[in-house]
Amino acid sequence: MALLSNTAVLLGKELRTEFRSRELLITTMVFILMIVVLFSFTFDPSVGESRRFGPGLLWLAFLFAASLMLQPGFLREQTNDTLSALRLSVSDPFAIFFAKLVANTVFLLVTEVLMLPVFAVLYNVRILGVFPQLVLVFFLGSVGVAIPGTAFSAISAQARMRELLLPLLLLPLLTPVLIASTEATAALLAEKPALEGSWLGFLAGFDVVFLTALWLFGEYLLEE
Amino acid sequence: MTPPSFSPTGIRFEKIDKRFGGLYALRGVSLGISAGECVVFAGRNGSGKTTLLRIAARLSRPSAGTVSFVNGGGANGETPQAAGFVAHATMVYDELTAEENLLLFARLQGIANPAARAEKLLREVGLEERRNSLVRTFSRGMRQRVAIARALLNEPAVILLDEPATGLDPQGVSWFAETLRGLRDSGRTILMSLHGESEVSNLATRAIRLDAGAVVADTRSGANFRSILAFANA
Amino acid sequence: MAKRAILGLVTLGLVVAAAFASFYVVPMERTMGPIQRIFYFHAASAWAGMTAFFICFFGNLLYVWRRQPNWDWLGVSAAEVGLAFTTIVLITGPIWAHPVWGIWWTWDWRLTSTFVMWLLYISYLLLRTLIAEPDRRALLSALFGIFAFLDVPLVYFSIRWWRTQHPQPVVMGGPGSGLEPTMRKVFFFSVLAMHALMVLLLAERYRLEKLSGEVDDLRREAEAQ
Repeated sequence: MALLSNTAVLLGKELRTEFRSRELLITTMVFILMIVVLFSFTFDPSVGESRRFGPGLLWLAFLFAASLMLQPGFLREQTNDTLSALRLSVSDPFAIFFAKLVANTVFLLVTEVLMLPVFAVLYNVRILGVFPQLVLVFFLGSVGVAIPGTAFSAISAQARMRELLLPLLLLPLLTPVLIASTEATAALLAEKPALEGSWLGFLAGFDVVFLTALWLFGEYLLEE
Repeated sequence: MTPPSFSPTGIRFEKIDKRFGGLYALRGVSLGISAGECVVFAGRNGSGKTTLLRIAARLSRPSAGTVSFVNGGGANGETPQAAGFVAHATMVYDELTAEENLLLFARLQGIANPAARAEKLLREVGLEERRNSLVRTFSRGMRQRVAIARALLNEPAVILLDEPATGLDPQGVSWFAETLRGLRDSGRTILMSLHGESEVSNLATRAIRLDAGAVVADTRSGANFRSILAFANA
Repeated sequence: MAKRAILGLVTLGLVVAAAFASFYVVPMERTMGPIQRIFYFHAASAWAGMTAFFICFFGNLLYVWRRQPNWDWLGVSAAEVGLAFTTIVLITGPIWAHPVWGIWWTWDWRLTSTFVMWLLYISYLLLRTLIAEPDRRALLSALFGIFAFLDVPLVYFSIRWWRTQHPQPVVMGGPGSGLEPTMRKVFFFSVLAMHALMVLLLAERYRLEKLSGEVDDLRREAEAQ
């Protein structure tokens, strides 16, 4: 099916470009690290407090980092007007979004998973027993961030003050993702770790709603 | 003589309007371009040349009116091909090599045997030695060659060029004119917008002048070729 | 002209009547005292704001489909009016909470969701100021508006569930829940009055936007000469 093969080809390009320079991955990771360290000054990082505040702070850090990291997505396509070349070449414009959002999810997930051990060490939380479940939460949450994030980066690329605009558009909208992901993460880091199926189901539902919206309206975001 | 791998295609613009807010970039443009014609559009900046070409390329939708491609011979009932589009922006990725760029776009367009096609085009534009170099390292002239190679990947019947010779040195312009001559002589329909006379504009079989979004002169209606181009920069 | 005047007078009448009813017709609420009367405007504004945002969503969808500027005018007018009513909700909430509980703000799920919704639509308006070209602005803000409205129920549900897991003092009971019959009647009358006010403001704002658009077009044409 042309949509899937186009997506695969474009995804290959996105990943190859990023892994060649690694600039997004590295700067995002350093940014998250900085926030995690700065947050440590705002409360007493004992085990109990860490369990209370840690997950929320971790997800806030992810959200802030994401709203910066998602910027270049469509801006890059403006430099040489490669966006026009893509629009001329693909059979379905949704492939452009699909590839970028998968790539963005991958980048987010990679930085989050790499940050997790660092967070665990700095805040004294136990992650080993629940690592796969945490990755699942991170995955669903990252998809939730990437879908509207990719859509809005197409919008902000066409507006002024785009560095501020993307977080402005994205962060209020991601409230449900922040809540669901934080709750699910907190449950896994609690004294008796539990997998909160309902929050995960909610995240999945959020992802479906916005993926559908993007599928329906994506081509209009790219119009001239 | 091998038959062309494309079917000669004409273009029909019917009462095209393009509005940006309250401003008309194009107003009531109606034109018939026959298959195989090589047309040069002249006009000041803001006269609507770029807008018209982008509409023909299907990158932009007209606010009113229609643009259609008219297939000449070879009525297989195939869906119309995408036109080849070359602009001032190169429309290729600086962070990829020349070959990677062509492979990418060839695969996206579903071209059979993309590797062979990319190789052939790289040879035709004289870049096979630099195929593994990042486009970032190329000169302006070389970037235009990649751009042209990209535009020709699907062997388009229609080629649209928006001020393609800008920024090229005289050698580059000559090479470009030669390449364009070959494309014209193979029967492709060519629309280009240019700033004034040059080796490239002399290849045209027809000239049209646009002013404030409307057609004001057309060699088909008897206007003088040179005079249309002469005031192009005014 | 006469239509606008009539609409204005009717609305004024309804609002005054609702205010009168909430002060004199409705009995005093048992536990909270006179301050509770603000509930009628607070909750009715919330409903009117929500209706306005729904109208905005409708305008957004229609603009993307039809691309006629009047849908854009409807969208921005409805968003602004919705935002005005939402602001009333956010201000009357603390005014109510302070005398009753001694605190200005609890992160009660209704107020919090309303706050997030307020932020979403502020973003919508801010986005519009950052895109100069009118057609582009209309299209992109309409698309954002669609995403924002789809998010609203998700925001409400997630905050509500979250609050059931981390309960806090609830600032106000559900509208219409546990309301004595007179109160219920006055409440619905207030809702009607607020909606009338919303429609009036919407119509005026729409007119302004239409005129503004026309002036803008003329200015662009003039500048291009």
